[in-house]
Amino acid sequence: MSISNSQPSETQIWEWLDAVPDPEIPVISVVDLGIVRQVSWKDDALHVAVTPTYSGCPATSIIEIDIETALRDHGIEKITFERRIAPAWTTDWLTDKGRAKLEDYGIAPPQAAGGPTHCPQCKSTRVTKVSQFGSTPCKAHWRCEDCLEPFDYFKCI
Amino acid sequence: MDQALFQFLLRMGDNTLILGHRVSEWCGHSPVLEEDIALANTALDLIGQTQMWLGLAAEVQGEGADADKLAFLRDAWDFRNVLLVEMPNGDFGQTLMRQFLFDAWHSIMLGRLMTSSNEQIAAIAAKASKEVTYHLERSADTVVGLGDGTEESHARMQAALDYLWPYVGEMFVSDDVDAAMVAAGIAPDPKALREEYDALIGRVLADATLTIPDSKFGHTGGRDGRMHTEHLGHLLTQMQWLQRAYPGATW
Repeated sequence: MSISNSQPSETQIWEWLDAVPDPEIPVISVVDLGIVRQVSWKDDALHVAVTPTYSGCPATSIIEIDIETALRDHGIEKITFERRIAPAWTTDWLTDKGRAKLEDYGIAPPQAAGGPTHCPQCKSTRVTKVSQFGSTPCKAHWRCEDCLEPFDYFKCI
Repeated sequence: MDQALFQFLLRMGDNTLILGHRVSEWCGHSPVLEEDIALANTALDLIGQTQMWLGLAAEVQGEGADADKLAFLRDAWDFRNVLLVEMPNGDFGQTLMRQFLFDAWHSIMLGRLMTSSNEQIAAIAAKASKEVTYHLERSADTVVGLGDGTEESHARMQAALDYLWPYVGEMFVSDDVDAAMVAAGIAPDPKALREEYDALIGRVLADATLTIPDSKFGHTGGRDGRMHTEHLGHLLTQMQWLQRAYPGATW
């Protein structure tokens, strides 16, 4: 039996990775987040390139472990990881599916204008920034002036 | 080993390491929760950037070290950070003034390094630059808010600026390491950043109704390791304690 016959396709692997949740925002997958940059076979080893969101984000190493665990559960034995820093991660890489899930979850998705268009809870457009920094490096802290609820905004970088 | 490149990378990485540690000292102690979170996030970014700078430094050194070994197993005289970042936190205003004076330099420096002839340095700078844009936005806003605030906050911010100003000049002193970096197209001449820096901080400090001290005197000795302040050793005893007491400990 040749090795290639037993190798899952790269499309299949992308599907599997799309089921791996982000450890801090479990409603979106690591693929939705846009941090998985490349999946490719090199002989019998699978090469996975991951780009960190923020350089000090403690979730990065957890994400690598989660990806490895998921792939091993699907029977892939040899995996090589590359932490790729260039080009730098940008919120432009978030999938549309991911952006919609963020909003449903109560996190306003990133906007080029630099702030949320509306409150993810009551949809009011009267929103105010509390702080450029939030509960994780990738988020800022905002508040709705109508429903008065605080909410997270996914920073645009 | 390319000694000049190694020294340059230590300077970049030690600045972010020491400032990152200093800022993390606020964790759990800030005046309000939002500021606590903001400072902890800033510290986290700086420590993350340190891993990249010192990781590359260890690679250039080629003696089997890594970012952790460089951070935890060197003594004060081997550190190459500017004196500004080792200054004590003081009150919240002094911490934010120190942050602003550093962020302004950092953002300009990283902007130049994004076109470095060294691809790894350009990549780290591009990554770090995105984070530092947020740091500068926040520290500048806070300096204006507190400077142009109450009588008390204004007085404290002016005192912080007077105290820290003699440590600003060191960021713009050029030496042989810088000359080698300029010649290789790796990094800009620090002197060449001063004009843009003065314009940037001049605008913000004017908005903050603060007066830049007249003195041109500047302390030096950090970025060449000739003489750090007494504060660095005290910081290292805290930061390095675990690895010194339990060498090689992991979790």
